Amino acid sequence: MQIIQPHYHGIARTAQDYERMAMSGVVAVAEPAFWAGFDRKYPETFIDYFRQISEFEPTRAAQYGIRHFCWVAVNPKEAENPDLSREVLRQMPDFFQKPTVLGVGEIGFHKTTRNEEEIFEAQVELALQHNQLILIHTPHLQDKVRGTKRTLEVLAHMRVDPQRVWIDHIEEHTIRAPLDAGYWVGMTLYPITKCSPRRAVDILEQYGTERILVNSSADWGPSDPFTLQECILEFRRRKHTLQEAIEVFHNNPCRFLGQCPKFDLRPIRVETV
Amino acid sequence: MLTAPEVLSTYFLETRCQLLEIGAVLDRLDRAAAGDPPSDMAADERLGKVYQSLQLLADRTTTPDRAERLLHLFSDPA
Repeated sequence: MQIIQPHYHGIARTAQDYERMAMSGVVAVAEPAFWAGFDRKYPETFIDYFRQISEFEPTRAAQYGIRHFCWVAVNPKEAENPDLSREVLRQMPDFFQKPTVLGVGEIGFHKTTRNEEEIFEAQVELALQHNQLILIHTPHLQDKVRGTKRTLEVLAHMRVDPQRVWIDHIEEHTIRAPLDAGYWVGMTLYPITKCSPRRAVDILEQYGTERILVNSSADWGPSDPFTLQECILEFRRRKHTLQEAIEVFHNNPCRFLGQCPKFDLRPIRVETV
Repeated sequence: MLTAPEVLSTYFLETRCQLLEIGAVLDRLDRAAAGDPPSDMAADERLGKVYQSLQLLADRTTTPDRAERLLHLFSDPA
């Protein structure tokens, strides 16, 4: 089965992960810009990071036949430093011209502070000015409900098209409002701290598959890119068809990411001959 | 050995995750039981033991041998 991993932090992973993902059917990954595990001091560090994910990382993935796309942004945690963030934002439009950059992400809230909100709004505005897709991170654990609610309040006052916005890391307690408002939502599968593969299938069974993405994130922390394949196995084990699995794990990423013309993978349908 | 605060810090998120998984399994079961065709699972002995386990775990005044008692609960009589 062909799989698209729509949220994947390749720079934090080994070549072996690419190799195994390719062997398991992954044909494309999309890498949002994220927190490196420490707060960076210089705008230039971000720029080099954007070069890494837009120029170098596609060459690593290509060695295993995987297409690599990316997003650029100041992540919510480092948005707490508005001066640094503004300087990075000033240079982000240069990257919108790159052939594999899909949009602005991941942005949003970490602790839902005033500084984070200021930079979140600035990044949404920048995306709108340059007709970019938007990928929004929602906070972890106990901060998720408050951060998701505030995310929707901020977006409601901006002229965004919900169909071009993906609100990620949703779980059972945060999925309804973004879906009802017309946004795409994403479930991130983590071993402990986010959604599990089985709970993700529960959510798909309750809410259907329209405007829902599933991803592993897979970063430098406790995470595993193959939670996505685990989710596919669980989905199939519960008697959903191969085509239904393709709709969720390949075609939905094509539908959302394909709104950017640079993402040229198209939905597929299996047929018997 | 770890101190009590260290134990809680080390295992809190893992415990949260395991509780969520239990809740999700029970939700899954209830939704399936209410589906088409509906199923009455109330008399199933296995489900009874799951709920007995949850009662055992909910008792904060009990002794620290919960795992052993859970295993006895899920064991055939000797």
